[in-house]
Amino acid sequence: MVKASRLTILGGVDKDGHHETLNKIDIYQGEIVGIVGPTGSGKSSLIGDVEQFARGDTPSRRTILIDGEEPSADMRSDPRKKLIAQLSQNMHFLADMTVEDFLRMHAKSRGRPPQIADRVIELANTLTGEPVHPTDHLTILSGGQSRALMTADIAVISDSPIVLIDEIENAGIKKREALEMLAGEGKIVIVVTHDPMLALMSSRRIVMKNGGMIRVINTTEEELKVCQDLDKVDNWLINLREVIRQGEVVEATP
Amino acid sequence: MKLVVVAGTPGAGKTSVLIHTVESLLRSGTKPAVVKIDCLWTEDDRRFERLKVPVTVGLSKDMCPDHFSIYNVDDMLNWAEEKEADILLNETAGLCLRCAPYPDNCLAVCVIDVTTGPNAPLKVGPLLTTADVVVATKGDMVSQAEREVFRERILEANPKCRIVEANGLSGKGSAELAELIQKGPDVTENMKLRHNPPLAICTLCTGELRVSKEHHRGVLRHLDGFLEYTGE
Repeated sequence: MVKASRLTILGGVDKDGHHETLNKIDIYQGEIVGIVGPTGSGKSSLIGDVEQFARGDTPSRRTILIDGEEPSADMRSDPRKKLIAQLSQNMHFLADMTVEDFLRMHAKSRGRPPQIADRVIELANTLTGEPVHPTDHLTILSGGQSRALMTADIAVISDSPIVLIDEIENAGIKKREALEMLAGEGKIVIVVTHDPMLALMSSRRIVMKNGGMIRVINTTEEELKVCQDLDKVDNWLINLREVIRQGEVVEATP
Repeated sequence: MKLVVVAGTPGAGKTSVLIHTVESLLRSGTKPAVVKIDCLWTEDDRRFERLKVPVTVGLSKDMCPDHFSIYNVDDMLNWAEEKEADILLNETAGLCLRCAPYPDNCLAVCVIDVTTGPNAPLKVGPLLTTADVVVATKGDMVSQAEREVFRERILEANPKCRIVEANGLSGKGSAELAELIQKGPDVTENMKLRHNPPLAICTLCTGELRVSKEHHRGVLRHLDGFLEYTGE
């Protein structure tokens, strides 16, 4: 895996062309950082700037540095040198292929051995209640299955030092396990979210307003406790979903 | 003078990508001119006019649009010269996938839409396999994994091409394409096509309307792949 121990965002301008309140943020290896703010506040643009290693050439005029330097053109485009793995909101597949063929081809594009596909399916099945089979066609997968598969794909095949997540929606996927799987060991994880649990699992969160970064909130002790309660609720909901899917009757929880 | 031939499937986003690319070219001080070739009708020229660059339209009517643009290369280059342009961007109609309207000394750009699925790069043929640059559009509509698989498929079909991931809405990738255009070759006298056009003149080309074998002459291929010549 290529290395990246520090990601720096140098601030640009907000939607009105004013300088951002935050003009520099360093994010370190092993850290999960959230991006929060209302719809249209510029969360996806910020993550887009990181994804394409903006160098003052995007509307926000931000600059992204890796370990203090501007990344090369190769790193921007060649998947084998790519520092970034991205889990986007677009999770439906358009490719008419089986899960196994698709994963093998993706492994090839990243210069990894094809057998790695089995490991992806195995991991995906720890995140979703509905098992994914190697011979399933991609286009028939449910939202939860697609998300689980893409999460495992990023953890195993893409294995990049920087992971960008644009909302893991709450549709049949175990959120804590998914985020932990993506974060792996020693990665830089940036997650755009409205989800309380994901936001509180991050150590810090960047607040966006009108296209600009306005402040950073460090997750408090109290918030960590809330996060633990949310985890219980999340697991409870997933179990209930499975009970209903299996055609069983829900029993009251003490 | 540099010639850029932009081909690609209909609706792939050729015009949208080109508009952002023209803006990038203008910012870097070059003088692009645009010729849009279409068959029957287009209003893409109005979109280019807003950028205040010289633009003209060629409608091929009942002639094959690729044949039309190959036949008129000199006229297009002369027109661009008159307009004091240094880069001629020729956007083709984007219809038949069998032709590759790229002369040897141009920058050949093939625009292809990622949502057409990972088998599309293998189906497109010489349009893609003889291009210098392949621009993949609409990547924001699929996952990163699917984008990367698509990219791998492009490289299987054309291992030497440079791939640019572009977005016709946000303008992503256009700065990179503009940079490649500026490094592209200068046109020369006596240019040749990179790839042979489809099989000889067929009876349809000369106006035959009747269907079925008995009415057609020329070098013709049967459904089972058998190739024969019928005629005088």
